[in-house]
Amino acid sequence: MIRLPLVLVFAALLFSAGVYGVLARRNAVMVLMAIELMLNAVNLNLIAFSASLKDVSGQVFALFVIAVAAAEVGIGLALVILLFRNRASINVDEVDLLKW
Amino acid sequence: MTAQEYAFLVVAVIGSLSAIAVVTARNVVHAALYLVVALAAVGVTFLLVGAEFVGWTQILIYVGAIVILFLFGLMLTKAPIGRDTLDYMGWKSRAVGGALATVLFLGLASLTLRVWPVGTTPASPPVDGSTAAIGTSLFHDYVLPFEVVSFLLLAALIGAIVLARKDDGGDQ
Repeated sequence: MIRLPLVLVFAALLFSAGVYGVLARRNAVMVLMAIELMLNAVNLNLIAFSASLKDVSGQVFALFVIAVAAAEVGIGLALVILLFRNRASINVDEVDLLKW
Repeated sequence: MTAQEYAFLVVAVIGSLSAIAVVTARNVVHAALYLVVALAAVGVTFLLVGAEFVGWTQILIYVGAIVILFLFGLMLTKAPIGRDTLDYMGWKSRAVGGALATVLFLGLASLTLRVWPVGTTPASPPVDGSTAAIGTSLFHDYVLPFEVVSFLLLAALIGAIVLARKDDGGDQ
């Protein structure tokens, strides 16, 4: 079967791509997509270690992460739509009302 | 190298390239479509590792539902398709993000390969990812988290409706 480090390196690349997306993109929907990439990298690690340690708990936690991610996307997109309705922009740099 | 590893390498290369395309694409709709490929690659990896149930769940929920939700979000916010005025990335944020992501990736990858060298690490055994095994664990050891997640989903459902509802004419 697949060796552990190969999957972990793939997950590291997905996570790094997500970090770049969150830092460099200004479109709020793009930022949410980058967060999804990072959550998927975490899921990959959970599954890879679940296989390596022969413990099914990792897969159960991956399912929980998927459920939380679905809730997060729903709420996140509702916020983005509300933001667009009020400000006519979804640029995350322009949302600085609460910035200290 | 087993057959699964060759298949995984192909899938991982496709997934990595499309993940990078997601965060660098100028066109947000293209980015959402690249996201489909990246998430499907992750799902296929789950299947190759042997986690069938999670793999199919990944494909159903991410590719089937979450990306569609993203596309709805893009359409509803009238993203100017093909133009980058909405998503201007200054060279500074790109440089900082790129540098940080590169350092993070190199650090994580070198750490991983130092702890588990590819040459000497034994192949992971096929994991029992059947629905029966997951269900037994989920409803035997993790019943309380399961109920909490169901409550979270209910709260998210109500919250999303309340947030995105149109207030016509103010409150009565």
